[in-house]
Amino acid sequence: MIMHNWAYEDVLAFAKSWSSVYFMMLFAVVLVWAYWPRNRARFQDAARIPLKDEDA
Amino acid sequence: MQAQVSESPWRFDHYFVPLVIVLGLLAALFEAAWSHDPRMVAQAWIFGACMAITGAWYLWMYVGRTPKDESQPYADDVVRAGVIASMFWGIAGMLVGVIIALQLSFPHLFYLPDQAWTNFGRLRPLHTSAVIFAFGGNVLIATSFYVVQRTCRARLWGGSLSWLVFWGYNAFIVLAGTGYLLGISQSREYAEPEWYADIWLTIVWVCYLLVFMGTLWKRREPHIYVANWFYLAFIITIAILHIVNNLAVPVSLLETQSYSLFSGVQDALTQWWYGHNAVAFYLTVPFLAIMYYFIPKRAERPVYSYRLSILHFWSLTFIYIWAGPHHLLYTALPDWAQTLGMTFSIILWMPSWGGMINGMMTLSGAWDKLRTDPVLRMMVVSVAFYGMATFEGPVMSIKAVNALSHYTNWTVGHVHSGALGWVAYISFGAIYCLVPWLWKKKLYSNAMVEWHFWLSALGIVLYITSMWVAGIMQGLMWRAYNDFGFLEYAFVEVVEAMHPYYIIRALGGLLFLAGTLLMAFNLWKTIRSGSPAAAPAPAPVPAVEAA
Repeated sequence: MIMHNWAYEDVLAFAKSWSSVYFMMLFAVVLVWAYWPRNRARFQDAARIPLKDEDA
Repeated sequence: MQAQVSESPWRFDHYFVPLVIVLGLLAALFEAAWSHDPRMVAQAWIFGACMAITGAWYLWMYVGRTPKDESQPYADDVVRAGVIASMFWGIAGMLVGVIIALQLSFPHLFYLPDQAWTNFGRLRPLHTSAVIFAFGGNVLIATSFYVVQRTCRARLWGGSLSWLVFWGYNAFIVLAGTGYLLGISQSREYAEPEWYADIWLTIVWVCYLLVFMGTLWKRREPHIYVANWFYLAFIITIAILHIVNNLAVPVSLLETQSYSLFSGVQDALTQWWYGHNAVAFYLTVPFLAIMYYFIPKRAERPVYSYRLSILHFWSLTFIYIWAGPHHLLYTALPDWAQTLGMTFSIILWMPSWGGMINGMMTLSGAWDKLRTDPVLRMMVVSVAFYGMATFEGPVMSIKAVNALSHYTNWTVGHVHSGALGWVAYISFGAIYCLVPWLWKKKLYSNAMVEWHFWLSALGIVLYITSMWVAGIMQGLMWRAYNDFGFLEYAFVEVVEAMHPYYIIRALGGLLFLAGTLLMAFNLWKTIRSGSPAAAPAPAPVPAVEAA
């Protein structure tokens, strides 16, 4: 019902093909974002956030 | 901040929190009055008592006055309460662990047929829930409240709502624990509490999510620090896992018993989709948040690679969710799903080790601190155990290895190298940091931390090595055939062979518990009579940094 009367095989085929593509692409996007040279300084600043707070 | 809090005339939490408490109380009274199920009546009184305590506390704190804590930049009282609750439940849970280890070693020692609540079958979920959800859960709620405020430079959102999370979560723990002793269980591993406790936890958990998200929303630090990503993934995923795994129909609203909405292999897969992701998103992801905040803070240097931490986060969350089927190898689960679970478990090795290296290498250039600071050493050793357990896990998920290891004590050993070595150690490290920071006191005794470290380290080694030997022996004995093709050993012969290892395991657990007791004493002395901290515990940023 929820799956619009998809058969088990249909779900299986979808999971095997499109979700692999989807996850590979998401992973590629994360990889590019994390290692994009222009983001370098931003992430270096972010890494210092715990050390910035003097209150503790 | 200060002005905002005291001037605002209307606050939703002043209505919402009492409303939830009153509704909880009414629900308890309703069950107590109408239920014919004696166990439900007992649970109703227990929960009613929890709500009465919470209500009395609320009246005392909020009626006619504003708590002093609310004029502070950060809400720390609720973190202090969480730290104390963590230590209480830690000792309780580990004590029950030692008791059931002894029950397995000496079956006659605690065999009381008239006292059903002392049975291993009831005490075992009490142990697992007490250490995972009571100890671990309170550590996570307390540290997440601490970390999200510091890294966002914002006070917790929602006023007294964070207190509802604290009291409500602990009421759930009491309800669950007493339920097991009464013999109430829905028989889903790590999700034994019945439907009414599950509903209550859902309410509390949504409040937790609101507090956390609300704090992120009003942050003054533009970037959301990576530890918060891990905490948020934990809160959201656990909500989804908890709701789906507990989809069930109660026999009646006045009875404890319920039946799962799923049946057969679907039910089994739902349970282990939940079960393994509880390991992932309860025992790994948020404790990595602790690693990403407390290790840099304690070592006074930024995390080794922030970009690696981003990669660590996304790859871990993507891959972990698929690993559950490895708990159902060689079952009625479709073969492709078994292979999927195994494959993802093996792939998981990489992000796990990426994270481990990131945590460890944060110390690069400051390795000498391991010699002088037992608290930092405890946390770094925990990361090493994380690396070890996340290597062992993928190995055990390989079908051929699992054929030997499954249903044996090897699994128990594996779980405990993660639970004691990783989860408990990183939690101890965080609490050793937090108590002096929160109470503004110097830690009472460093020597005692050293003793705690070595006692518990020895305990872990005894525990996991004895379970390796016992487990592999058990697996090999089960599959041994004689020349005629008959099984070589009777089941009871295998049990007999494991006896000495069970005793070694109990000894290991006892040492671990002894360390925790020492820690509690040390923290108690710190809070009660420790000398005031000379300077704010960690210096901001070291002037000279090794290149």
